[in-house]
Amino acid sequence: MKHRRPFWLYLIVVLVYIFLYAPILVLIIYSFNASRVNVRFEGIVNIEPCGPFYWFCQLSRNHEVINAARNSLIIASISTLGSTVIGTMAALALQRYEFPLKRFSEGALYIPIVIPELVMGIGILVLFTTVFRAINTALDLQGNARLGMGLGTVIVSHIAFSIPFVALVVRARLHGFDRAIEEAARDLGATEWITFWRITLPNIAPGVLAGALLAFTLSLDDFVITFFTTGPGATTLPIYVYGLLRRTITPEVNALSTIWILLVFLLLVVIQRVQGQQR
Amino acid sequence: MKYAIEMRNVSKRFTTAAGTEVVAVDNVTLEILDGEFFSLLGPSGCGKTTSLRMIAGFELPTAGEIYIHGKPMDATPPNKRPVNTVFQNYALFPHMTIGQNVAFGLEMERLPRAEITRRVGEALELVRLSGYENRKPHQLSGGQQQRVALARALVKRPEVLLLDEPLGALDLKLRKEMQLELKKLQREVGITFVYVTHDQEEALTMSDRIAVMNGGRVLQVGTAAEIYERPVNRFVADFIGETNFLKGTVVMATDEPDRYLVRLEGGAMLMASCEHPLQPGQQVVVAIRPEKMHLNGSRRFGPYADNHVHIPGRVQEIVYIGTDTHYDVALEAGPIVRVREQNSGVFSPRLALLGEAVSVSFDAAVARILVD
Ligand SMILES: Nc1ncnc2c1ncn2[C@@H]1O[C@H](COP(=O)(O)OP(=O)(O)O)[C@@H](O)[C@H]1O
Ligand SMILES: [Mg+2]
Repeated sequence: MKHRRPFWLYLIVVLVYIFLYAPILVLIIYSFNASRVNVRFEGIVNIEPCGPFYWFCQLSRNHEVINAARNSLIIASISTLGSTVIGTMAALALQRYEFPLKRFSEGALYIPIVIPELVMGIGILVLFTTVFRAINTALDLQGNARLGMGLGTVIVSHIAFSIPFVALVVRARLHGFDRAIEEAARDLGATEWITFWRITLPNIAPGVLAGALLAFTLSLDDFVITFFTTGPGATTLPIYVYGLLRRTITPEVNALSTIWILLVFLLLVVIQRVQGQQR
Repeated sequence: MKYAIEMRNVSKRFTTAAGTEVVAVDNVTLEILDGEFFSLLGPSGCGKTTSLRMIAGFELPTAGEIYIHGKPMDATPPNKRPVNTVFQNYALFPHMTIGQNVAFGLEMERLPRAEITRRVGEALELVRLSGYENRKPHQLSGGQQQRVALARALVKRPEVLLLDEPLGALDLKLRKEMQLELKKLQREVGITFVYVTHDQEEALTMSDRIAVMNGGRVLQVGTAAEIYERPVNRFVADFIGETNFLKGTVVMATDEPDRYLVRLEGGAMLMASCEHPLQPGQQVVVAIRPEKMHLNGSRRFGPYADNHVHIPGRVQEIVYIGTDTHYDVALEAGPIVRVREQNSGVFSPRLALLGEAVSVSFDAAVARILVD
């Protein structure tokens, strides 16, 4: 017995996909544009020695871009490490311990996910400037010794906004985790520490890895919070691209975005794979 | 005599999430002998698991002390106690192979690799799972997983093995097989087994001694025969096997110690024993096992002796179950009792007809007076 699905349902699905992916496709096509002023497509660029990948080559010679990419990767790596460790610990604590205000702490942990990024960005900015000013004045720091915005502040804020996401993903994994195997390990002579490394972690690893990848993508993509917490020498790729856009939109920006999209897309595929393994 | 485990006035209270207090274990004192197969038997929720977890060190007693081989455990963590546990749902490490599972405990002792390999091999042979080293737990059947759990605990050569309803998840046939196998294994390795179960038949078949628990308390400790033949109260009599309860009133104490004259509901008089001192006029129940009762009807009259008590009634139900036939008899005084007659003849005819007026009889010596 065949059940016919209405035609309009297909149509809507197709339209949604077009709406989602058309801009990305256009963006990628324009990274091969022959025109430097990237408003009209004037055929595929072909300038030796790179041929159609001319704008990609230009990009690789651009020190500012390379710097920004390096900053982004440094920030993403360190903040992923930090938020994964803290987020996993938070998830474990919430799963296994009873403590005062547990319900409240649990709710509070996830609130940042729904708070507008702009609000959080401003909040973090105010926090940093206030604290830094207080410390600078109190210790009478001068010149380079003065605390200010930079890579450090961006990393800390990225750790902060990634923790809830990591905790959420890890908790989902913990849901099906049988704590009896931890007791079995203790029973067989393992200390708490060994039990964590040899029993708990291997069993929740897919969740932790998925959380880490999510944190990594979030950090790479982030514009708003980075915008508020960045400082001299801490320009990330999204910030740099935004700066370029305010001048001219060259195909170079598109080339950069293309690489960016591919990278994030790759990460998402890996996340899906990892989460698929959990089943 | 050295005790493998001693529990001295151990209590455990939990505070639930709702804030109420639960007394899971209530002032339990137990002495478990070295090399003994000891069972904790009781209905679900009576505190068996909690008792076992306190011995293993997963829970600390709220009050009282636990000694293992004479050493007070206090707050000794589980990894420092000379006991190992076979968990209810086996708790095998899902990310490790069978070999790695069994080796884990020995690795914690930092034994040389060669010795670990040898002992893992021996342990798997003991539970007849040689050749399964490289399988993962989920590739094994329930019975096999159960045996891996056993091997993983035994390979440590613990002084005491704790088992929490280890056969609970297996089907009946496999359970019966494993019961015998476990008992045989325990005799071979000579380790003290503390075995938790809610299945009275399992406890009776396997144990050297049994502690019957209810509501966090230990009601009676004894061999299977002691507990079956001489239950200390109504709960034990009811929980272990089947029992008929008849209400009665103490008439007077006799010259013999611990023996009393009791008038049953309906007027029958009997002399039966009770370890508790009783007062004339006191309400009691008299417990008699169905297989110790006889049916006397038109087709057959049971054994007769002076000290046999006869009570009139009417056959209400007859159930043939192969080895025996059950006759449910409604006594004139009200209660319904079950009489179990063995089908030992070539072809065992019914001893009475449905609805027939009969009498049930029993030797007064088999009756036990229970106070509560
Ligand atoms: N961690 C706990 N928190 C609260 N109550 C518990 C806890 N563990 C056991 N209990 C309660 O203690 C009682 C005894 O439980 P348990 O020892 O598991 O019984 P059994 O193993 O005989 O079925 C039950 O009422 C149970 O609800
Ligand atoms: Mg239990």
